[in-house]
Amino acid sequence: MTVPDNSLLEADFELGFTYTRSPGIIIGKFLAALKQQKIYGIRANDGSVLFPPTEYDPRTAESLDDFVPLSDRGRLLYWTWIDQPRDHHQMSQSFAFAMIQLDGADVPFLHRMLADSPEHLSSGMAVKVQWAEERRGAITDIHGFVSATGG
Amino acid sequence: MREVAIVAYAQSPQVRQEKILNEVEMLMPVIEAALTEAAMTMNDIDFVCSGSCDYIAGGAFSFVGAVDALGATPSKMESHVEMDAAWALYESWLKIQAGEISSALIYGFGKSSVGDLPDVMSQQCDPYYLAPLWPDSISMAGLQASALLATGRYTERDFAEVVVDSRRKAKANPAAQLSGDREVEALLTAPYIASPLRRHDCCPITDGVSVLIITDKSALPKTTKKPVYIRGIDHRMEAHQLGIRTLSESGSTTQALAQAKLQAGIEQFDIAELYAPFSPQTLILKDALGLDDQVDINPSGGPLAGHIMMSAGLDRFGMSFRALQKDEVTTALAHATSGPCLQHNMVAILEAG
Repeated sequence: MTVPDNSLLEADFELGFTYTRSPGIIIGKFLAALKQQKIYGIRANDGSVLFPPTEYDPRTAESLDDFVPLSDRGRLLYWTWIDQPRDHHQMSQSFAFAMIQLDGADVPFLHRMLADSPEHLSSGMAVKVQWAEERRGAITDIHGFVSATGG
Repeated sequence: MREVAIVAYAQSPQVRQEKILNEVEMLMPVIEAALTEAAMTMNDIDFVCSGSCDYIAGGAFSFVGAVDALGATPSKMESHVEMDAAWALYESWLKIQAGEISSALIYGFGKSSVGDLPDVMSQQCDPYYLAPLWPDSISMAGLQASALLATGRYTERDFAEVVVDSRRKAKANPAAQLSGDREVEALLTAPYIASPLRRHDCCPITDGVSVLIITDKSALPKTTKKPVYIRGIDHRMEAHQLGIRTLSESGSTTQALAQAKLQAGIEQFDIAELYAPFSPQTLILKDALGLDDQVDINPSGGPLAGHIMMSAGLDRFGMSFRALQKDEVTTALAHATSGPCLQHNMVAILEAG
């Protein structure tokens, strides 16, 4: 057996999905709007407004499509203070994971609450969105929430 | 309904890090121990079902490798759930009810020390709204604990008392990882890791495996002195998004209990083994199940004393089985959970035969 030369065969390899994934017409519309700094909830069959929008009613499983524009302000309900963020949290300083209810929505959702210390947080305090500087149509286009009164 | 009995249970020590053995090597002696206890061989087993998580091992279809622990022959009908092995037990129970099999060996395993389990668990969340934020399992449990405190039903002192109780009871469980005499006051001086949770409020990272064998009543091994019958079993799931649920309660647990009671016709339990990997969840589950102080909760120490990810639910059945071998214990409630913040819950009612 002859070896033509001693060079190695090489090929580029990138670890990752070899396909793109569509988030679908409901979640996709919501995420695309976030990129434009617009926030939508969706109306459930009992009239309540869910945020973030779900494709199906969590109680009846029926399809939902009635988008409701929401403001970028809401209330902090409760939180867990993360004194030492993990690498994956991508936060350079302490923060809270919090349940926040946007004005006009009937349910809270999980996101980051940004503050200097947990002493600055109180249940029911008014909060507003802090947008990410670069937005790409993802839930992280909302960088987090900060006090709406600057406290 | 066919009468289905647990006839054997074996568990490895619940260690912080198993440095030498791989999953197959950990499983082999435990499978052997369970078969020996049941006085059965693999020839007597109709079906094998396992529960594990490929994300923990970090390799797709890694569960297939674990089948090596069963041996090449005799070949077996086999299945797997990417869930806690309590759901592998449920699948096996259904197969017996369907009349397809009359015996099953169920195993679960998890070697959580090889990765960062709280981060791994964050990737079980939905990929659009939650996973990009990497809400780790401890943080999500911290949110749930905050929701519970906000109701005013419990305090951080109550969380610490759950831990003291667990450590004390675990002294009688040689497989426990954490046990001993702790003081509530001392625990309350520890720093938060995800407020209001302190490190001791969280289940320990654990490497381990467990194996349980069930049979139809008609196939009970002759040597089984005290089979433990599954008189009722049901599981219910809630919405994934935390905001859609009431985190301070566990409605799906209450629903599953109601169905299990209907099947069993049993209303009172001597003991309850609850899969509550974080101390406040013990209190949420206790309320959801309506358990009073007469019920001995987690006599094994429960998941706070040792928590084999993907098998800790099956272990609640196994620990109940062991407790029911004692004369003074005749009925038990076994609970298993799956998903963040008690999203999905199973309740079974067990009775000593």
